[in-house]
Amino acid sequence: MTTRRLMFYFPQSETEKPIVYHLVKDYDLVVNIFRAKVTPDEFGYLVLDVSGTEEDIRRGTEFVRSFNVEVNDSQRGLTWEESRCTSCGVCIPHCPTKALHFVTPEQRTVTFDADLCIDCLSCIENCPFHACSSIFAEVVETRV
Amino acid sequence: MKTYEQINRKIEAGKAVVLTAEEVIDYVDRKGLEAAAKEVDVVTTATFGAMCSSGCFLNFGHSTPRIRMTEAWLDDVPVYAGVAAVDAYLGATQLRHNDPANMDYPGEFRFGGGHVIEKLVAREKVQLFALSYGTDEYPRREIRTWITIDDLNQAIMVNPRNCYQNYNVATNRSDEPIYTYLGLLKPRMQNLTYSSAGQLSPLLNDPFYETIGIGTRVWLAGAQGHVYAQGTQHAPTCDRGDNGVPREGAGTLALTADMKAMRPEYVRGISLRGYGVSLALGIGIPIPILNADILRRTTVRDRDIFAPVIDYSNDYPNNTGKVITRLSYEQLRSGEAVIGGRTVEVGSLSSYSVAREIAEALAGEIRGGDFPVAEPFERLPCAQSMKPLEIRESPRGRGRFGRRSRPGRKR
Repeated sequence: MTTRRLMFYFPQSETEKPIVYHLVKDYDLVVNIFRAKVTPDEFGYLVLDVSGTEEDIRRGTEFVRSFNVEVNDSQRGLTWEESRCTSCGVCIPHCPTKALHFVTPEQRTVTFDADLCIDCLSCIENCPFHACSSIFAEVVETRV
Repeated sequence: MKTYEQINRKIEAGKAVVLTAEEVIDYVDRKGLEAAAKEVDVVTTATFGAMCSSGCFLNFGHSTPRIRMTEAWLDDVPVYAGVAAVDAYLGATQLRHNDPANMDYPGEFRFGGGHVIEKLVAREKVQLFALSYGTDEYPRREIRTWITIDDLNQAIMVNPRNCYQNYNVATNRSDEPIYTYLGLLKPRMQNLTYSSAGQLSPLLNDPFYETIGIGTRVWLAGAQGHVYAQGTQHAPTCDRGDNGVPREGAGTLALTADMKAMRPEYVRGISLRGYGVSLALGIGIPIPILNADILRRTTVRDRDIFAPVIDYSNDYPNNTGKVITRLSYEQLRSGEAVIGGRTVEVGSLSSYSVAREIAEALAGEIRGGDFPVAEPFERLPCAQSMKPLEIRESPRGRGRFGRRSRPGRKR
């Protein structure tokens, strides 16, 4: 049994098909959706963990791709820019999974563990230094 | 026991013994106070955090034909132009023109004065736009151009209040989230935010202002600057622990330095959701070890420094003076604190790791002979409190604020 984080990018036309239903029903995959934006007649995305055998995940991914849906299994939603981070730690109480944490309590340098991130975007709202950004955030960096 | 001159001679010779305010704790434990006081010449302190009362004076130089600027903007952020023709003051918390502020609550405040200051120090291009009414000798009425800090004659940071000796820990006892200058505070006291470098912080290591005074040379974002006055709201008369360390805000410093010599990683614009924009600054201050008492005070530990926990949903806005409890920086830095039997998560707006980095950088500069200590030529006040602002009835028509003395009325 393997679990993999996948991102599906839907072109405008494909948002009406029950893709997740088929992943569960036909490919025997356990699906856990983190984030989705599915609006009729618009570009949309779906971020989910799929669990199953390697073979089922591979076949399921092929099936999704057959709808002209882009599947990305490497890109992360959240980007933590180390050079902008000052390690103040104001984000830490707001990060529900401790993806953002101090390396060690003594050293007090903040680090980001992408595997723990669930893209809740709380860090984007709370970081005074704009160190975090996300492809899912409505607001992009607006420095002139 | 030692004089400024003796210490500076050792610094100049590259022989000064310099420790950070963190390193000195174990050192004194190991060597004993008296022996250590003979050996150690300087202890470096530092802090990195939000310092709203900061800004800079800029001189743009004269265009042809000349302009006497009456209103001016840098990257659409208004600067104060009510000084001479091409001088201006840019404040850290100034919002950008047309920023929606909290109209769509909580506002994002993505760009403002602090960010322009960061861009200037990073030597990025900034747009200058200015207007004037035109005079005989300054006929130009409008100007738009792009500048970097190198084009300016002067860019001098002048900060009325930095380095708060100690600071509040903020929490929220109401049923709604609140957005403050100490970040998002979740309802029903789910989290706390503090903002101090604790045992590394300058004025916590010199609680009675024995060495830090007017004229002290400071490390301001990498530039050599000075304490030019007591900071605004300097209030040394306060609740202090047995060790003399304030258990609340207390002393502050007014600092200045040449912005052209600053390093951009220590001058950072910040956006505080629902509150506004500000500036985070890195500051280092050396404490010359003139005697054993001064050394002993630099060995203060996080566990011996306490900060008041204040409810920012009610007690802070309404100035009630109520303190929920006091917590040590050791408890705060652990990331969790227990209040009334409940465990509360703790975050910090001040970066301890950058403060440590600055204390080490300053120690390196002193050891290398590049940073002599300066003897203050005037001490900071040691006894005074902060006055509140009273809201008085209109003085119209009576008393010393009466009609006759009101300005703007022709007699």
